[in-house]
Amino acid sequence: MDNQNLFTSPFDYLGRKVLTLISEMGAMVIFFMRGFLMIFRPKQVGMIIQHIYYIGATSATVVMLVGLFTGMVLGLELFHTLLRFGSTGVLGSAVAVALVRELGPVLAAIMITARAGSSMAAEIGVQRISEQIDALFTMRIDPVRYLISPRIAASIICFPMLTTFFDLVGILGGYFTGVVLLGLNYGTYFGRVQQSLEMEDITCGFVKSLVFAVIVSTVCCFQGFYTHMRRDSYGAKAVGLSTTSAVVMSCVLILLSDYVVSSLLV
Amino acid sequence: MELPKMKIPLIEFQKLTKRFNNRTVLDQADLQIYEGEVTTIIGKSGTGKSVLLKHIIGLLTADEGTILVWGQSLEKMSKRGRYKYFRQISYMFQNNALFDSMTVFENIALPLRQTTRMSEETIERKVRARMEQTELTDASGKYPSELSGGMQKRVALSRALVTDPKIVLFDEPTTGQDMIRRNAILSMIAEYQRQFGFTAVLISHDIPDVFFISNRIIAMDEGRIIFQGTPEQFEGFEHPFVDEFVHSIEKLEEHLTGIQSKRQFKIRNQVGLSRKHPQESYAVALFTLEHFDQLCEHLGHTRGQEVLNALGTYINKHFGAVGGFSTRQSTNQFATFLPFSDFQEAERLLKDFGVGLQGGGLGTIQAESRITPEICYEFAILGGVAEGKAGDEEIDGISKKAEVGQKEIARVRCEKRR
Repeated sequence: MDNQNLFTSPFDYLGRKVLTLISEMGAMVIFFMRGFLMIFRPKQVGMIIQHIYYIGATSATVVMLVGLFTGMVLGLELFHTLLRFGSTGVLGSAVAVALVRELGPVLAAIMITARAGSSMAAEIGVQRISEQIDALFTMRIDPVRYLISPRIAASIICFPMLTTFFDLVGILGGYFTGVVLLGLNYGTYFGRVQQSLEMEDITCGFVKSLVFAVIVSTVCCFQGFYTHMRRDSYGAKAVGLSTTSAVVMSCVLILLSDYVVSSLLV
Repeated sequence: MELPKMKIPLIEFQKLTKRFNNRTVLDQADLQIYEGEVTTIIGKSGTGKSVLLKHIIGLLTADEGTILVWGQSLEKMSKRGRYKYFRQISYMFQNNALFDSMTVFENIALPLRQTTRMSEETIERKVRARMEQTELTDASGKYPSELSGGMQKRVALSRALVTDPKIVLFDEPTTGQDMIRRNAILSMIAEYQRQFGFTAVLISHDIPDVFFISNRIIAMDEGRIIFQGTPEQFEGFEHPFVDEFVHSIEKLEEHLTGIQSKRQFKIRNQVGLSRKHPQESYAVALFTLEHFDQLCEHLGHTRGQEVLNALGTYINKHFGAVGGFSTRQSTNQFATFLPFSDFQEAERLLKDFGVGLQGGGLGTIQAESRITPEICYEFAILGGVAEGKAGDEEIDGISKKAEVGQKEIARVRCEKRR
């Protein structure tokens, strides 16, 4: 009997984990659908603008800073690699395509997760444990409409915009190392950027940023909203763990969905 | 023959049971809440009082049993009907549940902004009026973290009342307040309830003060309803819970104020009377602070309570010298038992008391209530005495007689008007 338990318990554990994961994913999809549909209810515009300011405007600096250094590193590394093949002229194409299709959406999303996603989870988590969400319910204010929908809407608007900033600043970063520091021709760099970037690449980056916006806002809000349902901790500790889970889960799902979207759009 | 009409409860619990992780928090609870009444739930901490309130507002759903609203099952009610019912309820949380990123004004305005189509001017007017009533005008732009616990309670109270609800649930509205503020909040609730006619359900440990404003008392112990009835019926309720919980609070209250609880007052009366020969005389004096509601409206509930408290202390001190002891009879009345006085002597004592009160006593009361001469207000103190005979009539009957014979013994006049 004991041997049997020893043999079955890992499967039992795995099965339980998978079932929990599937049910949590299902709950998140329903949560997102409710939140998304309520974007179109009255009295939402003001709150959406507030969250656009918070997610978009206040995250712009950090996103552009990361974009600049990503572009600079790309320019530096690719220049030396391409030099071995005598094709430094395509540096502009390599930097632009890598940024617009892949690095821009992914890194911008990860930065926004760290900057705004974590605070979404923590803020909603604190509101949950201090009964503020229950207070909304008692005032007949739908907490999903009031707290979640504006964040989802603001994320959907801000993610593509911040990704665009990231891409633009990244391309300028590549220009700075490739042209200003390493002496590549100015016209060649921008000519290649213009020549190699196609609408398909931009669409791919745009679609990815939209998918990431949905993932990050849903996961972070969901984790905060259901902080009280955690079984591993309560109170302030639960808020901390929810925030960590929100960031980790968002980052993993960003990379996972990046592969899925890329394989669908290639 | 016409049968007497049965009063239908506004909310009724039928055998309601709620469990959390196999722990039964509500056990077959049966209770009725009637429209337009103040119902107070009393009981030790952790006996399921808040859980009970959360069922009324729909924050929790029962594992077993039914909730009836106007005789209709809440569960079977249409979505529209349920929405209509819940819209009429307001809830004041035990820990206030204020939005810490919003100012006091924004917190109070939130339900109006989010659930109504009122213009911003109307909302502003309504919120300012509520803030004035709850003495929060100066705190308008402050955040909850910048306020004292008492002020936060008042913000929560204003937010609960700003939508003019039909049913208001108060979960320990006076927790963390000093004695004066505690009574001020209770008198505020009583005044609003009279003014707006809502149905109030309160959880409170403020015994006996809360009895003065309640129409019905519900006592809970270990998740069970052990008593339902009027405060008068509760006085005669015999149960270990009463000794364990109610008396311990009353003793603390007496220790803090010097004014005895009604129960303690009655026991002392009985002991005092049992030592007397049958038909030996004693007297009861009854004092009323007239126009107490207007006084609260004018000076604010806190100051109103301070005046009342100072008057109680003054009465107790004055009549204590002749062996008398006092209790708070109702929101604005004090009864004093004079075991060694007959009617004539009691009348003389009352006259002396009135002279002393008008001479300097009122000044003491005003000073203790932090009322400066610039504040313009008026109130009168009425006094009356009645005689009883040991072994004859109940003390309540004598108090009633004293009330009938009350006349004005002192008055504070507004100096500016003169």
